[in-house]
Amino acid sequence: MGVEGIGASVARKEDKRFLTGKGRYTDDMSVPGMKYAFFVRSPYAHAKIKSIDMSAAKDMPGVIGILEGKQLQADAIGNIICGWMIHSRDGSPMKMGAWRPLAHETVRYVGDAVAIVVADSLGEARDAAEAVVVEYDVLPAVTEAVKALEAGQPQLHPEAPNNLIFDWQLGDGDAADKAIAEAAHVTEMTIRNNRLAPNPMEPRATLGIYDSAEDHYTCYTTSQNPHVARLVMSAFYNVAPENKLRVIAPDVGGGFGSKIYIYPEEIVCLWASKKTGVPVKWTCDRTEAFLTDAHGRDHVSTVKMAFDKDNRITGLKVDTIANLGAYMSLFSSAVPTYLYATLLSGQYAIPAIHANVRTVYTNTVPVDAYRGAGRPEATYLLERTIETAARELGVSPAELRRKNFIRTFPYQTPVIMTYDAGDYEASLEAAMAASDWNGFAARKAEAARRGMKRGIGMSCYIEACGIAPSAAVGSLGAGVGLWESAEVRVNAVGTIEVMTGSHSHGQGHETTFAQLIADRFGIPIDNVNIVHGDTDKVQMGMGTYGSRSGAVGMSAVVKALDKVEAKAKKIAAHLMEADESDIVIENGELKVAGTDKVLPWFQVALAAYTAHNLPPGMEPGLKEGAFYDPSNFTFPAGCYICEVEIDPETGTTEIVQFVAADDFGNIINPMIVEGQVHGGIAQGIGQALLENVHYDPQNGQLITASYMDYAMPRADDLPSFKLSHQNTPCPSNPLGIKGCGEAGAIGSPPALINAITDAIGNNNLTMPATPQKVWSAINAVN
Amino acid sequence: MAKVKMTVNGRQVGAECEDRTLLVHFLRENLALTGTHVGCDTTQCGACVVHMDGRSVKSCTILAAQAAGSTILTIEGLASGGEMHPVQAAFKANHGLQCGFCTPGMVMTAVDMIRRHGANLDEATVRAELDGNICRCTGYHNIVKSILAAAAEMGGVQQAAE
Amino acid sequence: MYATNYHRASSVQDAVKMRSAADEGKYLSGGMTLIATMKQRLASPSDLVDLRHIPDLNGVSVNGKSVRIGAATTHYDVASSAELKAVCPAICALAHGIGDPHVRHMGTIGGSVANNDPAADYPAALLGLDAVIVTNVREIKAGAFFTGLFETALEDGEMIVAITFDAPARAAYAKFRNPASRYAMTGVFVARRDNGDVRVAVTGAGGDGVFRHSGMEAALAANWSADALSGVSVDPSGLLSDIHAGAEYRANLVKVMAKRAVAAA
Repeated sequence: MGVEGIGASVARKEDKRFLTGKGRYTDDMSVPGMKYAFFVRSPYAHAKIKSIDMSAAKDMPGVIGILEGKQLQADAIGNIICGWMIHSRDGSPMKMGAWRPLAHETVRYVGDAVAIVVADSLGEARDAAEAVVVEYDVLPAVTEAVKALEAGQPQLHPEAPNNLIFDWQLGDGDAADKAIAEAAHVTEMTIRNNRLAPNPMEPRATLGIYDSAEDHYTCYTTSQNPHVARLVMSAFYNVAPENKLRVIAPDVGGGFGSKIYIYPEEIVCLWASKKTGVPVKWTCDRTEAFLTDAHGRDHVSTVKMAFDKDNRITGLKVDTIANLGAYMSLFSSAVPTYLYATLLSGQYAIPAIHANVRTVYTNTVPVDAYRGAGRPEATYLLERTIETAARELGVSPAELRRKNFIRTFPYQTPVIMTYDAGDYEASLEAAMAASDWNGFAARKAEAARRGMKRGIGMSCYIEACGIAPSAAVGSLGAGVGLWESAEVRVNAVGTIEVMTGSHSHGQGHETTFAQLIADRFGIPIDNVNIVHGDTDKVQMGMGTYGSRSGAVGMSAVVKALDKVEAKAKKIAAHLMEADESDIVIENGELKVAGTDKVLPWFQVALAAYTAHNLPPGMEPGLKEGAFYDPSNFTFPAGCYICEVEIDPETGTTEIVQFVAADDFGNIINPMIVEGQVHGGIAQGIGQALLENVHYDPQNGQLITASYMDYAMPRADDLPSFKLSHQNTPCPSNPLGIKGCGEAGAIGSPPALINAITDAIGNNNLTMPATPQKVWSAINAVN
Repeated sequence: MAKVKMTVNGRQVGAECEDRTLLVHFLRENLALTGTHVGCDTTQCGACVVHMDGRSVKSCTILAAQAAGSTILTIEGLASGGEMHPVQAAFKANHGLQCGFCTPGMVMTAVDMIRRHGANLDEATVRAELDGNICRCTGYHNIVKSILAAAAEMGGVQQAAE
Repeated sequence: MYATNYHRASSVQDAVKMRSAADEGKYLSGGMTLIATMKQRLASPSDLVDLRHIPDLNGVSVNGKSVRIGAATTHYDVASSAELKAVCPAICALAHGIGDPHVRHMGTIGGSVANNDPAADYPAALLGLDAVIVTNVREIKAGAFFTGLFETALEDGEMIVAITFDAPARAAYAKFRNPASRYAMTGVFVARRDNGDVRVAVTGAGGDGVFRHSGMEAALAANWSADALSGVSVDPSGLLSDIHAGAEYRANLVKVMAKRAVAAA
């Protein structure tokens, strides 16, 4: 490892622009003639639109144009779609209701867009939007998935009777039933996974620019995957053909899944730019973000976990109802199915597993992937259940887990996945040592003397990253392949540009991807530029989500580097009259092994471009591209331990220590990996302790529509974290990387809730464990 | 519409704007200083923090007109002569930022915090002082580390100068 | 925000004149609530009269036990006044706990008091300290000033110029913050005077805003100790109830915060 190579904690190349105010986010963009958009949105959770009267609004100062859904439909702009087909257990396809970018018949959640106002200033656009008179026929609304399935509830889409989108299963139901019937002990629980709002700090924004001379569109947008945005807007929404649409995702201020999807606003602003003849910029405010960004989680499950007399898990049966909101967002169907039920084996050898998942329409904003996407739900369910089982069986939670760990690899679970490598015990041991697990009883006693209730809890998570082998996901219903692309362009002076289809919105790709080049060729990372986020500059790519940029995106870079290296060696061998197999590259030089013959990197690059003396038949230039399609998922895993102290008078939980022991395979930049874990844990703690989306069940109004009511984790809610790594390299990709972006959010919630329930002696507690809930739970058992 | 004049990052500036214009929009739209961000509409996230007459304030909840005649320092004015301020340097060295969106507010907050507390900052104080700044990426771990490192560095410098 | 007209006053008279000339004028102090409310389009004053540049309204003066705080004094300046800390550290600590550092640099005591948000901290202090709200035309006792949620005894156009009170022998404020907004979900200010008078003022919890709790006052007058409150019951009826805290839980918090305040005083 060099100082800037693989494994080095290199400070980030991108930091200076962010630290000096020179970052360029979508809302920072401004072009001549640009005007501002404000959306007229439904104030009702469910209503028929009777009429839209724009006459007064059109005469307001500064107004350039007001457009509605009928015009959008007349221009043949398509409905928003879900890109992953799921079939119900009876073989029928999922029931997808129409999601129009601008509703003109029915609105189905508070915030559903109805019209767009374009004006000289944002203030004027908003003034005029208030003057658009929409007459609604208000309908009853339903916000909870379990209730929406009941008879007599409001019906959202005619395509989906009883609001049921699909009723899907995975695994062997008979085998799971048999295991439960024959079990020495069965632990049964009802598990709720609370609904969350992703809240990247940069609100969504888009700038649509139509060039009438070229009949060409440019879309600046807050996207994790600009190419997918272009593909979907071209192929399905009929905004423009791909060659007439450039999508640019410049600096993006966090995503966490919520910026994967193509939302109505991008589509409408592009279309509105053509209709009004001006560039149109829309920037979401935070309340709009709460109302319209896809939410995450929102599952209600029942689980039965069966044990034999030796406390080995013999079977698992899960029934889950998942709320998908008012419409099916881009990947919504995949989250509670293939990203969830396929992880229900956890780190444990469970011979029989069956999962039944029903997804449901409700009058709430669509629900889709949010950091972890399905895997936090699976982990929370399993790790709460096994912890509860340990308490019921009177055994140590660590021992129960240890007894059931998978120990030989590859391991085929009963729910599709083939785990390739791991050492679960190593992380368990490391976490227990780091947390001084054995010293807990003394700490608990000391806390009790101060009148405080102390508890400790653990969670052993596994997740599937490196999404994903294209043929495999295709066979499971995905509408796209999930490979990644890279192009490595060596300039004539030896500097390098890497075009990647991955997109960095905080992950530090401009540094870590450059480290691959520094490692391979020994040239400084300052001589390497990572180019991403612009469909005009970068070849087709699939973007960043599901902790895939390292395992998949970097693997594509490695494949391209292999080709560049091979060609550079051929050129060097030719110039130095040596055998190609004797050429080695180190410290920015190409050398003939065992001799003093050497050529600096830049000279080889220059030779490739002058082309005066290349091997016979070789094309000039030094630029190679590659597409990498993974052969398997990757399986990061680890053990998290949380220790809490609870004030019984107020129910306040203080996290006194949080330990994370992770196996991410090989690591490119430990500093950045740790940063990812910190952030993930904070979001997991947020879910467990603070965050909850609350809709009024009577009328579907969003109560938690700002930071006044949605509790975001702040610095004083959190401790510093103790991290360690126990890495087993991933065998399926060239760098041995597993991925680290989501682990923290996946592993932490059950550790925290296990700790709190341990402290208070009441296992009946839902997330978020607010002071009021904890206080009530304490009083319920005292 | 009125002409609003103030000193921003050491330079006298003036621009016509509506009375309802917020300071943050005046900076971003009229002066093209887009380093100051807007992350919420309830005066909580702190992405908009700038210094007004030497004190940290939330520029999303101050009218440009209120700030007329005052001296404003934004993230763009913090570094001098191409050298990053010690707080900026500490954020880089300690990976105190990821997506960068909350970062300008965090840095301006940290500078103000260190101005008031000097090198005496401890972790609990830093966490309490970050009450008005929300970050979604870092879990605050490395932000706290960055601020403590900067405080130690700047405190050391002050002592050396005395 | 709806369109509005900004005016900057240089004296109290000037401000009153500007305000009375306006259609639907409002005084603007730190703006930490008013501007925030206007951004939500929940307030639409035609005119704003900025009070921050009136010299008379700024600053803390202490004369023996007698305290005067100018209405436009920021929370930060209250929190960090050494003179004030010497006679009434409780109000400095309370000011230090309002909002966040940036809000404390702008927000003012007069603005907070005039707005009378049911979750604001200062109303509890003023009621607990038996303070006087001095306006441009009269003096109003805190007990008569806070009249309901966001309601005060201020007449149209009347302007707060200062808060005065005599520092008590002992006082403290304990609050439990709302986990989301960080406003007081319950805050209790306790004060005891040399003559044995005790006041217990509660904010964040009351359905009609800040209130005094006579049961706790009586218990503490008899025995100034946290234990004295153990036998006092707090009636949840009439307390606020929302998604963060029901009335029962708030009633518990009122008692727990009162105990902690007494212990800290």
